[in-house]
Amino acid sequence: MVEQNDNRAVYEVACSPHAREEINTAGIMLDVLIALIPLVLAGFFVFGVAALRQILYAVLSAWVAESLFNWMRGKPFSLKDGSAAITGVILALSLPATAPWYVAVLGAVVGIGIGKAIFGGLGYNLFNPAMVGRAFVMIAFPSLMGASAYVLPNSTVDALTSATPLTLLKMEGVLTGLRALFLGTTNGSIGETSALACLIGGIYLCMRRTASWQIPVAMLGTMAAVSALAVSFNLLDVLRELAAGAALFGAFFIATDPVTSPVTPKGRWVFGVIVGLFVMVLRKLSGYPEGVMFAVLLANAVTPLINRWTIPTPVGGPVPVRK
Amino acid sequence: MNATLNFPVKGTFARGVHPADGKGLAADRPIEVLPAVSQIVIALQQHTGAPCQAVVVPKQQVRLGEKIGDAEAFISAPVHAAVNGVVGRQSVVTLPNARHVKMIPITAEGEQLEGRALYDEVLGGEWPIEKLEEWTPQAIAERVRDAGIVGLGGAAFPTSVKLVRNEKKPVDVLLLNGCECEPYLTADCRIMIEAARGIVAGARIAAKACGAKDIVVAIENNKPQAIEAMKTAAEGTPVQVAAVETKYPMGGEKQTVLAVTGRIIPTGGLPLDVGVVVINVGTALAVARAILRDGNLTHRVVTVTGAGVHTPKNLLVPVGATYRALIECCGGLLPNAARIVSGGPMMGFTVGSLDVPVTKGTSGILALTDQDVRTSEETQCIRCGRCVDVCPLNLIPTRLALAARQKEWDVAKRYHLMACMECGCCAYACPAGIPLVQLIRMGKVQMPRK
Ligand code: SF4
Ligand code: SF4
Repeated sequence: MVEQNDNRAVYEVACSPHAREEINTAGIMLDVLIALIPLVLAGFFVFGVAALRQILYAVLSAWVAESLFNWMRGKPFSLKDGSAAITGVILALSLPATAPWYVAVLGAVVGIGIGKAIFGGLGYNLFNPAMVGRAFVMIAFPSLMGASAYVLPNSTVDALTSATPLTLLKMEGVLTGLRALFLGTTNGSIGETSALACLIGGIYLCMRRTASWQIPVAMLGTMAAVSALAVSFNLLDVLRELAAGAALFGAFFIATDPVTSPVTPKGRWVFGVIVGLFVMVLRKLSGYPEGVMFAVLLANAVTPLINRWTIPTPVGGPVPVRK
Repeated sequence: MNATLNFPVKGTFARGVHPADGKGLAADRPIEVLPAVSQIVIALQQHTGAPCQAVVVPKQQVRLGEKIGDAEAFISAPVHAAVNGVVGRQSVVTLPNARHVKMIPITAEGEQLEGRALYDEVLGGEWPIEKLEEWTPQAIAERVRDAGIVGLGGAAFPTSVKLVRNEKKPVDVLLLNGCECEPYLTADCRIMIEAARGIVAGARIAAKACGAKDIVVAIENNKPQAIEAMKTAAEGTPVQVAAVETKYPMGGEKQTVLAVTGRIIPTGGLPLDVGVVVINVGTALAVARAILRDGNLTHRVVTVTGAGVHTPKNLLVPVGATYRALIECCGGLLPNAARIVSGGPMMGFTVGSLDVPVTKGTSGILALTDQDVRTSEETQCIRCGRCVDVCPLNLIPTRLALAARQKEWDVAKRYHLMACMECGCCAYACPAGIPLVQLIRMGKVQMPRK
């Protein structure tokens, strides 16, 4: 097999390094989708086919919107990186199972269009697209997205017959059992009800290094601290605060969106703390029972500043000034 | 093990990457001597520093080891003939680092030192250092310069400059770099196995020159044979062997010094600033040969390897032999060879043709295939932070690269662009396939200096 091919006059010339880790953007996005599987399953068990339908609407619309906006901007199609699908799934998981189809569709289109495309597409967006979409439908259709929309008193689906745990707590002072919160047999947005599913998916993400572990730890830690110091110094109450609503879902899947969170290690801590603080402020002081969405959007807005304030010092100190 | 060292050895540094090491291809192949070549090409600037001027004229007869180029400058090193032969007309050659430099061709003529005799002269035999008594530190440094010795690890910085005593910056540690953290390369590993005593002798000579009390050889723990051989050779001498973690870029000066001594070299500074002199194990061997055998730096060991080469080997070659001659000695390239790299895959330079001469800094010739290179379409930065998580210098590579691309020099400066050592960890780890190092390098060149 000795073959001389040095008659090839010129060999490839390129910049180092000449080796690459076996990993690409699509692989990372696929990882996120894999991590979302437990949440989708939990949503299906609690809310039945309605959950899957909601996801289907949102993902399809996200795809269509992504293709459409790319076409309008004369960009190549970018569905294969999977980021539009993630936006769709996360948006759907943050909606009530009861919302009509056009809520998911509009949310996805606005999320992709205003949340992402107008900033220049993946990597350039300032705000989490799924949360932009959700904020839009929440303001556009308050009656379909507000606390009361979650409840269908005569539903055959058990969970739907009572209000969400956070609403129950806020409006009526009713506590939901930790066990129910943990397994997810409560009312709420499709993906948020089961703490267990969120933990499984979230820990998978962190272990794969696809999501930074600092953000969820900082966010949940802050929530726990505020809850313990300002609300109730009782372990069960603190755990309930974390397990109810979208705290875990948000901590692992929404706040960790790499594009819209800081890139510096210290910045990730700061970001998590800010989200956690806002969530508690909104939960306890605002009219809304839940605050994850607004908290994430607010923190997204200050991400560029956080980056700037947390530039690490190089090993060996700053570059000396030449004289 | 390190009982006599004045500091604890941590053996690692923060961050870095673990690329597939590819060393299996050549690690177990004993060093072979390249059959005599008919012509060599000696570049007049093979080192960091001032170029040499020719001190020979065309048609002049030269002997192996005879000086053919020299310079006045402090940071420089002379070059020598690596064969017996006749000098040709001076011309220009392009080195792998894209520098066009003057060169002197020499056509081999008459008897040559080759085969076993050459091996024994450069690598083999005993290395008694009794003679060292007669040498003053000053004399050693001068002889090292005269022998044309530069760092053989790749950077090719003149070794005498490191060994000269500096009143203001006393040295207490001499660190021998035997990490060889670049994947695929095995030349240093082989000389540690085959010429351990020569390296230990060279280390003691260099330590006398620079005044170091502690002498440590740092070797990555993926080379147990080399560690064993060096320990055996170091027995009964002041030389210590430290096994350090296998992690790229452990062999980078800043990382080795940190991993072994715990000292942090200031950005823009030298090991000397923290009392350390670092020399490569191959350089130490060259020092031993210069002092104990009166030999100049005319030969070195080069690993020729990669999936694109027929039979990977470690070769003892004259400086100035062409890459083509080395590759032919290894059975030639396979049809799938796509990229020829001088040095290792993480920091090496590609060469466009095989008619490039081996220089003092050539540690390996690597023939990579398309599969190895894994070129992928570049996609948008998703700010995943993987580049940040691996940067050994604690920089934010994504910011540096994008600022360089956009020519936002204030951002680049704020994120410490000039601190980057171009190790390549960030580009290695980037899922979006962004040529981070290329952009950063461009930025460093283009950024206005103030
Ligand atoms: S690794 Fe690549 S994609 Fe990730 S933040 Fe760095 S440059 Fe961006
Ligand atoms: S090349 Fe520069 S920025 Fe990239 S990892 Fe190495 S030191 Fe850090």
